[in-house]
Amino acid sequence: MVTGDAQPTGPGEGPGSSIPLSSHDVWTKEFNPCIQCGMCGGACPLAFAMDYTPRKAIHYLKEGLLDSVLQSNTLWLCVSCYNCTARCPTGLKITDVLFPALRDAAINSGVQLPAEFKRALDNTYRYGNSLGEGPRKRMEWTKGAGVPVPVISQLKRPVDVLWLVECYPSYHPRNQLQAQAMARLLHAMKVDFAILGPEEHCIGDCERLSGEKGLFEDLLEYNSSLLDKYAYGEIVTGDPHAFNSLHRVYPALGKHYAATHYVEFLAARLETLRPLLKARINARVTYHDNCCLGRMCHLYEQPRDLLRAIPGLKLTEMPMARENALCCGGGGGGMWLDTIIWQAAHERLADRRIAQALATGAEILAVSCPFETSRFEDALKSTGNEGKMVVKDILELLDESMGRDGGTPS
Amino acid sequence: MNIAVLLNMVPDLVEELEIDASGVALDTQWLRYVLSESDDHALEQALLLKDRRGARVIVLALDRGDADEAMYAALARGADEAIKLSGIPEQGLGKRATATLFKEVLREVPTDLVLSGVQAIDDMDGHVPGLLAGLLSLPYVGVTRSVDVAGEGKVVVHKEYPGGLVAEMEVDLPAVIGVLSAPQPPRYVPVARIRETKKTRAIAERQAPPVDVQAGVLVRRLLKPEPAERAEMLNGSPEDLARQIVTILEDRGLLR
Amino acid sequence: MSAARLDVWIFVEHLRGVVAGHTYELLGKGREIAGTLGGHLTAVLIGNQVQTLAPTLGAADSVLCVEDERVAEFTPTGYAAVLRALVEQGAPRLILFGATSMGIDLASLLASTLGFPLIVNCKEIAIEDGQVIATSQMCGGKLLCEAEASGESVVLTVVPGVFPTQKGISDHAPTVESPSLPALLEDVRVRVTRLIEPEPGDIDITKVPILVAVGRGIQRKENLPVAEDLARLLGGTICSSRPVVDQGWLPVSRQVGKSGMTVKPKLYLALGISGAPEHLEGMKEAELIIAVNLDPKAPIFDIADYGAVVDLFELLPPLAAEAEKRRAVR
Repeated sequence: MVTGDAQPTGPGEGPGSSIPLSSHDVWTKEFNPCIQCGMCGGACPLAFAMDYTPRKAIHYLKEGLLDSVLQSNTLWLCVSCYNCTARCPTGLKITDVLFPALRDAAINSGVQLPAEFKRALDNTYRYGNSLGEGPRKRMEWTKGAGVPVPVISQLKRPVDVLWLVECYPSYHPRNQLQAQAMARLLHAMKVDFAILGPEEHCIGDCERLSGEKGLFEDLLEYNSSLLDKYAYGEIVTGDPHAFNSLHRVYPALGKHYAATHYVEFLAARLETLRPLLKARINARVTYHDNCCLGRMCHLYEQPRDLLRAIPGLKLTEMPMARENALCCGGGGGGMWLDTIIWQAAHERLADRRIAQALATGAEILAVSCPFETSRFEDALKSTGNEGKMVVKDILELLDESMGRDGGTPS
Repeated sequence: MNIAVLLNMVPDLVEELEIDASGVALDTQWLRYVLSESDDHALEQALLLKDRRGARVIVLALDRGDADEAMYAALARGADEAIKLSGIPEQGLGKRATATLFKEVLREVPTDLVLSGVQAIDDMDGHVPGLLAGLLSLPYVGVTRSVDVAGEGKVVVHKEYPGGLVAEMEVDLPAVIGVLSAPQPPRYVPVARIRETKKTRAIAERQAPPVDVQAGVLVRRLLKPEPAERAEMLNGSPEDLARQIVTILEDRGLLR
Repeated sequence: MSAARLDVWIFVEHLRGVVAGHTYELLGKGREIAGTLGGHLTAVLIGNQVQTLAPTLGAADSVLCVEDERVAEFTPTGYAAVLRALVEQGAPRLILFGATSMGIDLASLLASTLGFPLIVNCKEIAIEDGQVIATSQMCGGKLLCEAEASGESVVLTVVPGVFPTQKGISDHAPTVESPSLPALLEDVRVRVTRLIEPEPGDIDITKVPILVAVGRGIQRKENLPVAEDLARLLGGTICSSRPVVDQGWLPVSRQVGKSGMTVKPKLYLALGISGAPEHLEGMKEAELIIAVNLDPKAPIFDIADYGAVVDLFELLPPLAAEAEKRRAVR
């Protein structure tokens, strides 16, 4: 059962009525090929806390027991880590289709949503970001970058790179440092780039995974009109979730944009970058493969290439690395379902992962997703390991090695 | 039962508020409007009465500050009808004038119960539902956390007092209620439903009659309080600090 | 009654035989304004068997006391009808209410019924050339509006805690007048059926004006009582950041922050809370934030009004002792 401050109402109890089963082709057609092998439940890091594992949920749906599934905690415990999708022998889109459809059904059947979750969605609809910050503040981080950060609407000319900064790097104090680092790197590498500035809205990957199809479509319309308006060579983003949608979901909806994540972009330009990395970072570093770049987009070597380019740095691997990496728990609404997940599981995935990182003996945990820095830093504190390890985004390490680390969060 | 819900758009505090050159109004460059939080609760309270008691819900708003968005969202949530009052003076419209305008629209809308948020963040010359009740000579209770039907022609409300104490009151209809909060949080409406509502439903429009914007209260100037950059750090031994902190509390009337 | 349009009237708010503290704040400020206007200060007391409260209202020159069992319990409509009759007879220049559950209902009803201008949430009141100038607090305190109310009679609601209480307390015995108004007590369209006590179960921290918040710095569940005692002494309750709730030391209902409650208390005393953005989101609108942390760079100090870098365990005992001592002398 969903706990926390949200009490679900049963069918016919909540406002609005229950969706009749027949209108959901998702359960009857798309997941009909499920062979009930149980790989999904076995691979899911939170299945142990779910009322129904993904396998069982699909079974129930095929039996017409939608309401039981909607009443369960299962649909709120998915953090979109894509383990199930990566392993399903039948190639079923559990993460991208099943869970969002279940959440959509829950939202439409009048189930009381967890307050934090609702707030995040309301914020995204109103302000174009889940943090509920205003457009003017989107530029604040640029003040501490130390280098010019041009806005494409003011430049009034084509650029080589349109850099989609995304929401957390723009607004969250910890992630603003990473945006500033990236600005310095692009500047040092003489990349001709610009950002969208105050008119940038979230791509909405997590909102999509949270079941808000309409919101994702709304954002897609808005974003594609912006992306079509300006002239640029390619899109680069530091946000794996934005990359996930641009790279895999947008094309399926007829929207094709040349987009890369910074690990790809920078790794492809190592000849330019390497000479700039003058300062040694004498530390053992372990890299956490995030779910979007890793399991879904197979970008395993590029982040490692970047780390190996830093003089003095020794890379060490966690046993669960690459396609086996354990999610930090922030994706697909995980950032907004913290209380629900905590109450069901009594642990945070980030705590589990940080223990694995610490076991390597590394001094630094390197990451490449904005959610991860805070989640892992918090995990260090919660597990009583503060001071034993630091968490840095690859951007921050590259920036440090370039000899210009620092910068101020605004 | 017919319920009219009055929706008011208020400045969104997400951006810093700036005062314009005149000194008596807010600068509109980055100013956005949002539905007043307690009006959102008033709407939820009305929709609960619709779900449970079969009431009909009509939402009313003055045409200012992106009211259309709020009205479509209200329809998508379950409101039966939406009426917008256009041709209202934008600048300097106080709450007395607002209540007077709502009184005019309500002449043509048969209502048993009027619900609105008991107060809004931009209240200066009054609070809308209380003022409206006075203008209409209708019974009124404000600061409610629940409203329910209590038999023929009356409702029962729970009025909140400090410390969580509640007074249960019966109110004869027709009446005006100033809602503080609904028994449950305002329901979420999926964006897809709002988009559909914008395509399929219409907001009725009425022309506003002329109204005295100021109603006896003249704004001399708006000001922003002095912002504190950072905490004022207190120093000394624990005993010194204790004394300083208690003095601060005493000065603020917090020591009771 | 004295000369019209120079007098200041205060609505005396009382519940279950106790006069609300802020009534004395209004009396104190009212005394000052009556002096400026050259008029009288009158306290208006409505209820049943409430004359016993009149002697505490000595800062006023007189108390207008309306006693009847039909107005034993407060209702906005019933009390507004009584006030209206009194005001029509007495014609005061200024009528002050607290910006409280009772006050805001009465002020709005009275002002619109009688056609008087109303300014709400006042933090300052002045008389300039005989005109009433009030400063209204708007937008969660982010904006102040200085306004002039024109009209022979003006109604104001005042933010509690803004004016000092002491000036409204006096030994002087006010004259008590008891007008009888039987006709206007007929407005019974609103009737109190019962008063409901809050659940003894858990507390809704969003409704508590004084919050003592603990973070990881509290270290152990066994240390909570020290904070709880202080909270009790200050008339408030404890709450916490997420880690304390995660450990199971406090229930979820006490969690403040992005994943918990958003609170706007009069006082938020943050003990051993570093001030992660997720926590600040839930409490940055508190009226007064005092933060205690061993780390001088803790982000909480960026939004607090006052801060102290000290071990909370060293601060709490003298703090509790000092609070107890100063409370006792009042």
